[in-house]
Amino acid sequence: MYQYDKYDQAMVDARVAEFREQAQRRLDGKLTEDQFKPLRLMNGLYLQLHAYMLRVAVPYGTLSSAQMHALADIATKYDRGYGHFTTRQNIQYNWIKLEDAADILADLAKVEMHAIQTSGNCIRNISSDHFAGASADELVDPRPYAELLRQWSSFHPEFMYLPRKFKIAVISSDTDRAAMRLHDIGINIVKNDAGEIGAAFYVGGGMGRTPMIAPLIREFVPLDQLVTYSEACLRVYNRYGRRDNKYKARIKILVHELGAEEYARQVEEEFAHLLDQGIEPPLAELERIKPYFADPAFEAGLPTQADESDPDFITWAHNNTNPHKAPGYTSAVISLKPVGGIPGDATAEQMHLMAQLAKEYSFDECRVMHTQNIVLPHVKIADLPALWRKLADAGLAAPNLDTIEDIIACPGLDYCSLANARSIPVSQQISERFAARGRTHELGQLKLKISGCINACGHHHAGHIGILGVDKKGTENYQLLLGGSEAEDVSLAKITGPGFDEPGIVDAVETVTDLYIAERQDGERFLDTYRRIGMAPFKEALYG
Amino acid sequence: MADLGTQGAAVQIRFRDDDLVDHAVVSMEDFAEQSNANAVRIEPGEDARALIPHLDQIALVEVNFPVFGDGRGYSAARILREAGFAGELRAVGDVLVDQLAIMRRCGFDAFAPDTPLDAADVETALATWPYDYQAAADDAVPIWNLRHG
Repeated sequence: MYQYDKYDQAMVDARVAEFREQAQRRLDGKLTEDQFKPLRLMNGLYLQLHAYMLRVAVPYGTLSSAQMHALADIATKYDRGYGHFTTRQNIQYNWIKLEDAADILADLAKVEMHAIQTSGNCIRNISSDHFAGASADELVDPRPYAELLRQWSSFHPEFMYLPRKFKIAVISSDTDRAAMRLHDIGINIVKNDAGEIGAAFYVGGGMGRTPMIAPLIREFVPLDQLVTYSEACLRVYNRYGRRDNKYKARIKILVHELGAEEYARQVEEEFAHLLDQGIEPPLAELERIKPYFADPAFEAGLPTQADESDPDFITWAHNNTNPHKAPGYTSAVISLKPVGGIPGDATAEQMHLMAQLAKEYSFDECRVMHTQNIVLPHVKIADLPALWRKLADAGLAAPNLDTIEDIIACPGLDYCSLANARSIPVSQQISERFAARGRTHELGQLKLKISGCINACGHHHAGHIGILGVDKKGTENYQLLLGGSEAEDVSLAKITGPGFDEPGIVDAVETVTDLYIAERQDGERFLDTYRRIGMAPFKEALYG
Repeated sequence: MADLGTQGAAVQIRFRDDDLVDHAVVSMEDFAEQSNANAVRIEPGEDARALIPHLDQIALVEVNFPVFGDGRGYSAARILREAGFAGELRAVGDVLVDQLAIMRRCGFDAFAPDTPLDAADVETALATWPYDYQAAADDAVPIWNLRHG
């Protein structure tokens, strides 16, 4: 994986020193809270309901075991012994003291980590495919391109005060595991007819209160123009994105209001101009980065079957692994969705264990998934039983990847000052209900996503089943949505009708899954059945 | 025609050796009708590129930041420098110490903050960054060029 050189390290160290000094000026009263706020936000520090929250960047979701150990240590030293993995492949700590923040950043810098641009109206941490470099279906590893864009976007002087936050995802597969088209910029690294590698740009997607699927803006950007084209996309947005209304300030609104074609035309004009400015990095930089993401030393001639004598192991291995490009290997997913648990939470002890297992079984590397789970990307199939036993002993072997128990949920009203309703208890009740009735595996792939407010951090628009918490005259109320997908078959979910109270929403989820079981034809997922039969039968079952 | 300009005395930080421009600073709208003005102010939302045909006659462009969080002025500044503007580029308005370094990178070479800045803080802020990752309007060599000679 990528390693800092003296330049990267000097920049992160400078940032720690800068923040320490800014925090001091705030404490000395030289900065007002209004002036300090954007500075702390650009270092990932939010003020939540009960305490400060610190969001740490995990570039393209990749962590070494040393980094995972360091994250665990921070949880113990500065938080309450746990951390929360997020839908942006980052980690958040919910119980941070302002006076500790600079020390935490210094601890992170020691393991080549930071909280730079994890918040604020700037280009955020760049996300990627959690199976990058491992999956059998990818064209190339997308992470070198994500790393190049990480460098370009770090402290970019023109784009630190954009109209609104800006999220970029980079993938390189026809299978989309990163919700690529629901980002401000989604990049798919592709091959053109001439056999050259380049980037397809999708611009103007997003969730939030006005969900949009990003249209294709340019089919192919050559690799030696990648940064320049990105810069053109951003400059058009910085100049013309709306600033009169926070809720209309994301680039999706600009692209929507201009139309994709007109936005693309303006980008082309700016791109032509910027090509003359010589801002593109030398191609040698990409070549320098690539070896850091080279394949580890995979062994040849490994068995492609594990010992399958334990039925519980079989269930886990069949659900929680993804086909690997190297024979004899697989990617194993550690579910952070135990039945009745808090999605994405891990204790310091669990983080230490995951770090140790990454070292022992996965070439020292693990990944954070946007579904709030952890991947060990390169595990020998023959090692799976031993790995599974160690995970099971630590409560980390829930065999529920992509099932109705694998719920994405935002922190909700339990933590977040923006939330209208709690997400976590609803998630807990749903996973408990389905696990207790033994329905989980019968339902197959069913992505359920819960947001506690209209800002959609829990990706409810993209859920096969989505739940949106709203405030209805002072009471928490939950709307049900059906038919969303964040994958290559991307679609936005639609609201079924009037919302439900807390027990009612759990019943409603059961009602729609019952209908699915009754209606499904062979091999159909919930989403497929919904798309075939439409909303009406579901409405009838819910409200009829 | 109103002189919008900050008085010379309001320019707290300047990285130029030439004399301060003492002409009236006019709005973009007035500039379009005033052929002999040599100092103009850009507000957020105004198109810096409209000045490009006239850069030869312009000695000073003020870019106003009514609130520091409105970042359009950063693009305006770079666009003018990219077009070869060598005159004074002055950031005025809600200019705070924590934005000085990135303003410098975007081509600003004079600053007239509404609230004067603490000189020691300015020095610290401008000395924060040992390197720069990307190219901008200054003469910094990006890290990736340093790496590859």
